[in-house]
Amino acid sequence: MGDLRVNLAGIPLRNPFLLASGIWGESGESLVSAWRHGAGGVVTKSIGAAPRAGYPNPTVESLDRWGFLNAMGLPNPGIDEYPREIEIARAAGVTVIGSIFAHDAREFADLGRRMAATGVQAIELNLSCPHAEGLGAEVGGTPAAVEEITRAVVSVVRVPVIAKITPNTSDPAGLAVAAERGGAAAVSAINTLRAMSIDVRLRRPTLAHRLGGLSGPAIKPVGLACVWQVFEKVKIPILGVGGIMTAEDALQYVMAGARAVQVGTAVAFDGIEVFDRLAPDLSALLDELGIETLEEAVGLAHELQSVPNSRHRGPDVLEAARRGAPTGNEPRRAPRT
Amino acid sequence: MRTTCRIVERVAETPSTVTLRFRYEPAAAPGQFIMLWIPGDDELPMSLSYLDGSVKGVTVKAMGSTSRHIQSIPEGAWVGVCGPYGNAFDLSPRRLLVVAGGSGAAVLAPAAEAVRHRGGTVTVALGATTSTELLFAERFRAMGASVHLATDDGTIGHPGFVTAVAGSLLESHSFDAVWTCGPEVMMRKVVDAANLREVPTVLAMERHMKCAIGLCDACAIGPYHVCVDGPVFPAAKVATLPEFGTFQRDASGRRIYRERASAPAR
Repeated sequence: MGDLRVNLAGIPLRNPFLLASGIWGESGESLVSAWRHGAGGVVTKSIGAAPRAGYPNPTVESLDRWGFLNAMGLPNPGIDEYPREIEIARAAGVTVIGSIFAHDAREFADLGRRMAATGVQAIELNLSCPHAEGLGAEVGGTPAAVEEITRAVVSVVRVPVIAKITPNTSDPAGLAVAAERGGAAAVSAINTLRAMSIDVRLRRPTLAHRLGGLSGPAIKPVGLACVWQVFEKVKIPILGVGGIMTAEDALQYVMAGARAVQVGTAVAFDGIEVFDRLAPDLSALLDELGIETLEEAVGLAHELQSVPNSRHRGPDVLEAARRGAPTGNEPRRAPRT
Repeated sequence: MRTTCRIVERVAETPSTVTLRFRYEPAAAPGQFIMLWIPGDDELPMSLSYLDGSVKGVTVKAMGSTSRHIQSIPEGAWVGVCGPYGNAFDLSPRRLLVVAGGSGAAVLAPAAEAVRHRGGTVTVALGATTSTELLFAERFRAMGASVHLATDDGTIGHPGFVTAVAGSLLESHSFDAVWTCGPEVMMRKVVDAANLREVPTVLAMERHMKCAIGLCDACAIGPYHVCVDGPVFPAAKVATLPEFGTFQRDASGRRIYRERASAPAR
């Protein structure tokens, strides 16, 4: 079976499928449940300095198989109370990444220190929530801010720091470069795309907060493009996020450059049981493709693409491959058979 | 997907309880709930209290500002409806005891009707603070149920808690199942009394709810989510959880213990 173990910035993962931040994660038991169903790890809800109720409902709008709009508004119990939920997950042996959000670099550093003290294996910085005033993408929308915040947290914690960047910008890869410069151990891409819906009978937006974020299958191509561009600009590992429903979706992200992935909306479609099948399915898919370990698939789609003139020599290459002859277009790490 | 519906009928059931009816086609089963959106205010989970045919209804008790607002919605007004969500009662019991406290009758009445429709017998223990707050007493009688009342102030029926009525019914009659909905302290006593007689109990649970589709974790209880694993649970699943009757999470996800002041997070 294809080996799914990956090393993410020093964190050994039993498989690359992490529960994405914001999905479940309010209670420790829920984090444990995701783990027991086979998740390779969990990212907590984004935790802030104080308890926060979030926005009134409607906070979610279903778009059928496209996915969802949501504007939860970063509800969380606050860093004073949340550690006991992490404790429940840690006691069950769960690999936990603690997500935090804050208004500025100083508050981020303070929260990062307190989150690290809970024993989480890594910290993810929410620099990308698209619908919270003075938070998320509003503080992490520029390379300078991403670098400053990342550096502030990295300087006060020992665990790896992951920057989760926004796609709602002209140059997401520039944000990843800034995170790397600030000392981030990894980068998560992407968060939801800013979006909304309107009820024509009521003549008003359906989400109480009006603007929200789009998740699910509709955003997978956007996420793939972001990961692709980020991979070409940074050396740190990438966590691919956005519309992953199946093992093949995940492998697309991996071939675009992701070393691990996060799964969110699929939990609403298929239940937490989605984690029961993702890892075995991916293992089987690697077997089918003659790829022995997930690690060797990271960024694979970049390699063939980078061979000069391969576009023009396509048919010749295919013909040569059929004969088993060298084509001159072999990827550096060819799939083994 | 959210459907925009007009309120077609508004009925004051008790001084603190109002039923709103609206045209909503999707089929629903007793126990299921909808998310009812009041444009400009909020959206709350509401058990369907009427669900036969295309005109469905919810019965709303005045609790917070939004439920009071819902009660004031006039006929002809637009609301948003999503659902139906959650699971439903297993309607197979032939001899059913229903124990309803306060607005718990809203979800239990249509389920009891369905059992009657299948030929089962239904006994009801119905409790409220005072006689005028007894919800659906006539509706239970009209379906052919044997109805036993309790009021805190003794204005009608047993003076005191409905759990005492349920306890004596469990002693004097045989039942295949007990269904209960009401405050968790009440349901706890019902579960204990039914366990003594080895009668399986089924609970309809309530928790703070946001997404209703199993994403946000707001309604987590133990390893379950009320929105997708419930709201109907065998007592054996939830009444054994340490948080049952002990704490609920508020909108922020903080644990709010029964004895602690429940100041909402902002």
